Amino acid sequence: MNSNILSFENVTFTYAPEDETVKPAVQDLSFSIQDGEWIALVGHNGSGKSTIAKLMNGLLFPQTGKVSAMGRMMEEESLWDIRSQMGMVFQNPDNQFVGATVQDDVAFALENNGVPHKEMVLRVKEALHQVKMEAYFDHEPHHLSGGQKQRVAIAGALALRPRLLILDEATSMLDPQGRMEVIETIRELRRATGLTVISITHDLEEAAMADRILVMNAGHKQLEGTPEAVFLSGNQLTTMGLDLPFAMRMTHLLREAGVELEAEHMTEDELVDDLWTYYSRK
Amino acid sequence: MMEKMIFGRFIPGNSIIHQMDPRAKISFVFVFIAIVFIANSAVTYGILLGFTLLVVFLSKIRLYFLINGLKPVFILLIFTFFLHIFFTREGDLLLDIGFIEIYEEGLRQGIFISVRFLVLVFITSILTLTTSPISITDGIEVLLGPFKRVKLPVHELALMMSISLRFIPTLMDETGKILKAQMARGSDIGSGPMKERIKAVVPLLIPLFVSAFKRAEDLATAMEVRGYRGGEGRTRYRQLDWRFVDSLSLLVLAGLAGMLWYFRV
Ligand SMILES: Nc1ncnc2c1ncn2[C@@H]1O[C@H](COP(=O)(O)OP(=O)(O)OP(=O)(O)O)[C@@H](O)[C@H]1O
Ligand SMILES: [Mg+2]
Repeated sequence: MNSNILSFENVTFTYAPEDETVKPAVQDLSFSIQDGEWIALVGHNGSGKSTIAKLMNGLLFPQTGKVSAMGRMMEEESLWDIRSQMGMVFQNPDNQFVGATVQDDVAFALENNGVPHKEMVLRVKEALHQVKMEAYFDHEPHHLSGGQKQRVAIAGALALRPRLLILDEATSMLDPQGRMEVIETIRELRRATGLTVISITHDLEEAAMADRILVMNAGHKQLEGTPEAVFLSGNQLTTMGLDLPFAMRMTHLLREAGVELEAEHMTEDELVDDLWTYYSRK
Repeated sequence: MMEKMIFGRFIPGNSIIHQMDPRAKISFVFVFIAIVFIANSAVTYGILLGFTLLVVFLSKIRLYFLINGLKPVFILLIFTFFLHIFFTREGDLLLDIGFIEIYEEGLRQGIFISVRFLVLVFITSILTLTTSPISITDGIEVLLGPFKRVKLPVHELALMMSISLRFIPTLMDETGKILKAQMARGSDIGSGPMKERIKAVVPLLIPLFVSAFKRAEDLATAMEVRGYRGGEGRTRYRQLDWRFVDSLSLLVLAGLAGMLWYFRV
């Protein structure tokens, strides 16, 4: 079975189609995402990442090319149906909190989709449990930290039991601890439910955890592949203004300084292990 | 000053009044406001005052807290009281010290009006103090339900209200931040002549507006993504629960109206 959950075929999108001087925000983009994958979408500011996210769930429609999701073409008729199977979380924790309290916010998408009350109560509990925010059931948003608000936003997306979760820089406004909380939540979720995740991020440490990375550059897809493969093309990334993960930069610098390391390392733990081996060999 | 004000504040609790259905409470307050005007004698105003104190007692909100929080209202109350005392010239002359003359009717009217005012303020404050803003919004939405027939956008109004309430603290925080940012740039809002101060508010308001619009746009996107398509076909997460006490409260109110009518002169 071809479990293709989302695909772009030669998609081009311009914010100002009538103005020739404005370059398209997304140009001739094709890719497809399989059920259960974790995809990281990276790229410099203005490279078109948010535009892609908006094309994914029909907030925008491409001028040319095709977007299909859940096995259906993205059109006016299929739009709401597709959206109900897709959750989306944005950057600013405050600007996506609709409800007066945590539980109201989680219920919002359920209300919109006409889920009966009894079912709603169960699903709200379930979703909050999944992000470990049950204890904050009745809290108001201004009494929550940024990371907690983002977890509530994820619960709000999960309540509809979507097949795909899109995170548009959902961790970029958080402090390191809040960021860790959110990333851990996503990992847990994937372990438990096999949810497909597309995360748009500037944080390459976060991207390193994905199954596959798509690198955008000025509206074009520049690179695509496993984190190892993408990070190996180090120079290309740095010229695009993206920073390699700390462990990789460290590996490169150590190599330059004459330390013979075994392999490329994406996490600090791996690097430390290798350094121990190197040290004991000496 | 702001902390002590209790207008529009909600004090969570679990008194019988807290647990009442917001629809019952809102209807109660409106009917009560009408009933108050039946009273026209010492006995009827006495009954009203007694009833109000009973409601305050049932709400478990301390009378001292209520009075303390309504201080600005009391200034108004005292002002109207004296206005009546000095300017009504009917009935027997009670007191005459030179230019001040107090008549019996003036004193009566002064006291009556004050009691009426007090009772109204107390009852409406009890409504907002014991009902969370979101419940009030829910109650209003359901009570206004029939007006959907005449194309009143009831659902939209209620949603607007609840979102505004939800964003008040966020925008307050933001105002604080902008204020500090402008102060760091040498703007001085706290002092100087009135004209200067008003001028200094502009650089405060503009960033606030810009950010509010940005928030509104983000929020609209977030709502659309979560499947918001207006009120049609929507279910409600918050269910209102009309219980026996709610019916009872309205019955009691009817009893009160009957009693006032009976003792009225
Ligand atoms: N609403 C809009 N109207 C016109 N142009 C826009 C609009 N939104 C984005 N653009 C332009 O489209 C291009 C891609 O923007 P997009 O927001 O997709 O970038 P991004 O990769 O998400 O950037 P960032 O990392 O800053 O979030 C940019 O050149 C931007 O100026
Ligand atoms: Mg973006």
